[in-house]
Amino acid sequence: MPSVKMPKKSTDTDMTPFVDVAFILLTFFIMATKFKPPEPLTITTPQSVSASKLEEKDALMISFDSAGRVFLNVNLVKDEDKDLKRDFIERVNNEAKLGLGEAEIQKFVNNSVIGSPLTDLKAVMSRPASEWDKIRQKGIPVDSANNELARWMGAARQSFGARQIDIMIKGDNNARYPDFKGVIEALRTNEMFKYKLITDPRGVPVGTELYKIRQAGGGQESDS
Amino acid sequence: MASLDTGGGDSGHKKGPGVKKAKKLSTRIDMTPLVDLGFLLITFFIFTATMSTPNTMRLIMPKDEKDPEKQTEVKESSALTILMGKNNNVFYYEGQLEGDGSNFNSTTYKDLRKVIQDKRTAVMQQGRALGHHPDSLDKDLVVVIKPNSEATYKNTVDVLDEMTINGIKRFAIVDISDAEKEAIALTQAGSPGQ
Repeated sequence: MPSVKMPKKSTDTDMTPFVDVAFILLTFFIMATKFKPPEPLTITTPQSVSASKLEEKDALMISFDSAGRVFLNVNLVKDEDKDLKRDFIERVNNEAKLGLGEAEIQKFVNNSVIGSPLTDLKAVMSRPASEWDKIRQKGIPVDSANNELARWMGAARQSFGARQIDIMIKGDNNARYPDFKGVIEALRTNEMFKYKLITDPRGVPVGTELYKIRQAGGGQESDS
Repeated sequence: MASLDTGGGDSGHKKGPGVKKAKKLSTRIDMTPLVDLGFLLITFFIFTATMSTPNTMRLIMPKDEKDPEKQTEVKESSALTILMGKNNNVFYYEGQLEGDGSNFNSTTYKDLRKVIQDKRTAVMQQGRALGHHPDSLDKDLVVVIKPNSEATYKNTVDVLDEMTINGIKRFAIVDISDAEKEAIALTQAGSPGQ
């Protein structure tokens, strides 16, 4: 009996569809990626069970890192609000006699980060805005003897007071509590009492009070 | 191997001797490196993409009340004070701190939840016995949070988060007193490995 010969199939695979898939995926990820804007401080935020997402809104963001340097960002979503920023920096400039020129004010309007004591501000701001991240800025002092952040917040209250502006606090895991307290004090002296702490999400532990609430009512948050 | 095959090859007819045939180059392209490259780039973009958007935790601080008459009075039996120290140490006591520190306890962030839950249950039972309205039972307990100057921001947020997790309606971040600082210092000095 002649044995039945199986036709020998080639192990060659046409990779072309595979390439197509790979590149379609690649295109998708390129399009979907939103790069993190460069930040002057490297901060790893703590975790919380909070369910509210960070929205893109007008906000004053106060960030502090593990070395206790405090930075203030003014994020206004709309471009036409630049006048408000101008008003804000001019107010501080006049009050604290910083001696900032028109060019420096313009730089702040375009790149609204403050990360230096008032005394150093002119030196920092006279440099091009692209270099601000490269210089190691000292941060805004928040200790009880010299809480400059309170001054900034006072000006912010007058400049942005009419607007619904959120106060975001972004702190590093290893930041010391006194820095956080200094920030809170600066805000409290200016009658700002509601803050949003930026945190990383984490799951609600099973069996706890909040877990029961979430199971029962969905996204109902208690007023805390 | 894995490639584009556009046919061809030199299995053609033999021409006569002396007739040199231009060697036909294969148009087969090996696509494998291209696939490799594609997936490498995909991996890069997946990793750089900001995957989880951060969330925000609401924190409302009270007004600084100078007038002692308007300050919130807390019943001793329904107060729990949590103190945070360095190296992720956490301490608590119920009611008032005893002079001899007998009710000053040390715990960990992991066990803190149990402490809070137990106290919450106890205070709710106490409120029920006193005939408080069932809906307001969970408002009886007041947790006082006192981080010392060596506690980290993470500790503070963790404890605040614990308030949300355990459904504590009333809590406050308060400055630490000297007696408490001393109690922490004594405990930390006594424990090894600091």
